Amino acid sequence: MSTSKKTYREAVKEALAQEMRRDPAVVQIGEDLRGGHAGTNPDLEEKKIEAFGGVLGVTKGLWGEFGSDRVIDTPITESAIVGMAAGAALTGLRPVAELMFMDFFGVCYDALYNQAAKFRYMFGGKARTPLVLRGMIGAGFSAAAQHSQSPYHVFASVPGLKVVVPSNAHDAKGLLIQAVRDDDPVVFCEHKTLYDTTDEVPDEPYTIPFGVANYTRQGTDVTVVALSAMVNAANEAADKLAAEGISVEVVDPRTVSPLDEEGILESVAATGRVVIVDESAARCGFGHDVAALIAAKALDSLRAPVELVTPPHTPVPFSPVLEKAWLPDAARIETAVRKLVTA
Amino acid sequence: MSRIRAFEDRLHEENATGDIPGFIHLYSGQEAIAVGVCENLRDTDHIGSTHRGHGHCIAKGCDIHGMMAEIFGKEDGLCHGKGGSMHIADLSVGMLGANAIVGGAPSLAIGAALSAKILGTDGVAVSFTGDGGSNQGTTLEAMNMAVVLKLPIVFVIENNGYGEATGTDYAVGAPDIAARAAAFGMPAAKVDGTDFFAVHEAAREAVERARAGGGPTTIEARAHRFYGHFEGDAQLYRTPEQVAELRRTQDPLVIFRAKVDRRKVSVKELDEIDEESRALVDEAVGRARAAAYPPIEHLLTDVYVSY
Ligand SMILES: Cc1ncc(C[n+]2csc(CCOP(=O)(O)OP(=O)(O)O)c2C)c(N)n1
Repeated sequence: MSTSKKTYREAVKEALAQEMRRDPAVVQIGEDLRGGHAGTNPDLEEKKIEAFGGVLGVTKGLWGEFGSDRVIDTPITESAIVGMAAGAALTGLRPVAELMFMDFFGVCYDALYNQAAKFRYMFGGKARTPLVLRGMIGAGFSAAAQHSQSPYHVFASVPGLKVVVPSNAHDAKGLLIQAVRDDDPVVFCEHKTLYDTTDEVPDEPYTIPFGVANYTRQGTDVTVVALSAMVNAANEAADKLAAEGISVEVVDPRTVSPLDEEGILESVAATGRVVIVDESAARCGFGHDVAALIAAKALDSLRAPVELVTPPHTPVPFSPVLEKAWLPDAARIETAVRKLVTA
Repeated sequence: MSRIRAFEDRLHEENATGDIPGFIHLYSGQEAIAVGVCENLRDTDHIGSTHRGHGHCIAKGCDIHGMMAEIFGKEDGLCHGKGGSMHIADLSVGMLGANAIVGGAPSLAIGAALSAKILGTDGVAVSFTGDGGSNQGTTLEAMNMAVVLKLPIVFVIENNGYGEATGTDYAVGAPDIAARAAAFGMPAAKVDGTDFFAVHEAAREAVERARAGGGPTTIEARAHRFYGHFEGDAQLYRTPEQVAELRRTQDPLVIFRAKVDRRKVSVKELDEIDEESRALVDEAVGRARAAAYPPIEHLLTDVYVSY
């Protein structure tokens, strides 16, 4: 299979385009997926202008290839977008809805957690809801408290939802194709600071199964469990620590739900020490869930207490100096690892 | 209006230096709406705003220095650097906050109107929403609630023709947003939002009605934004010629100059006001740039639980 260097942004778009070519039931729905509709320019339609391609340009080009019936610009109405996508998923389409910043899921939460997530179970297994909801997570842009959250833990706490949090372009493509082909609603979380990162990515379509962690570093002293942009921070820390003679294993679960319990437990059993890095929440987050898993199933193999590296329990601050202090980074991960190996 | 223009034009330049963190959405072109409405309000009245909130803040009386420092992320900012451009708030002048959630303001503003009604303060609330935001369910829910509870509120819909890159004529099913309000049973007016006097008159009537216990009103005001949706927007959805034409023919400041009663206000006086505005903004930028960032300890203040 041929591969080429692609950005995370390109990988996401390629996954969407290839799935749309493969399956006519796949449609894109969202605000400004194309952008450039009408306005004071009645001739834009003819000029085939795609002004935005989603707010950060991820879908640019899809409208040009697939047209307005399959790349559907909507008014700014998240609850109607997700409700419509859920209804369409029940009745034959495979919608991929983009809601820009995941902070905006607050507007549509009912459609997501009372409707889409529950159809299959409530209807006694008679319904499928092949729906993907894409959105951006993550701090680091000074986008302030209503544009910087990473609420994947909130979605993961809802039975019926699958939650995907890819950390690199290669995984983004394979996991997104898997998500589009999945018959359950999938929340696909793209970290806004990763869009311009590059990776070798296969050109052909491929899938990565959910619930299979990726060991991005093999090591023997400490396991670091990290997701999304935090995987890069963890790898950076691992490099630094390797120079000090500390061998760190970095485990990226890639999906929060389903979670690769075995993959995590195996690594922890081998190293006996674990640091969990989690941008989602200082309380009741993904990190606490993994810590509970380890406490329940791997306590015997632990040589030191579990270390959690999270932001403080505050909204995301705007000012860059505060935001930098808020966001976990390689230095904090290193400190946590050193604490464990010297304990 | 002059201050808002100076503030926004200067931010456009400052943003290009790369020193302003986060997203900036400029209000230039819509000045007559914020000012025409807020001139009818007291400090004790409340407004809810949008992501494009600088104009509303200035018109409601927020301190220019505090705003600029906030936008630069400094400790002296109105929100001590924690909020930024999209969250500027100052409750002391009745400014309930810019709002980064489209459709966030209307329901908050009916809350302020409820407080005014129940506490008997004689206060009025105004929510500013875009044409895009007028499609959010919460906006329509707030309108209905305001009618049901007869709340002292004015819903101002600023129709600038676009929600981000998508035209209003695509995204708003029936072109008449004001008519939707009428369907909820409230009076609604459509005004030329480039004309300060038209906005002021419609807002005066609506605010008086609200203050007198007559319930809510909607005002749809049409104007144009002179810059992109956000700073950095290449504006592929319209041509530079179209923007130049709007700036030439639809500039609320120019229209104001043409309409103002020359016996009372001379062109020279207007020029002086513009000059003062620029000087004020110049000073604000200088102070904001020189100001300190918030100390790191402040990360854990202003929140009731810190782990
Ligand atoms: C709930 C929500 N959805 C989407 C966005 C992204 N967004 C920010 S501004 C904007 C357009 C708003 O258009 P309009 O209400 O007309 O205001 P204007 O920008 O024209 O002032 C959108 C879609 C958001 N901030 N919040």
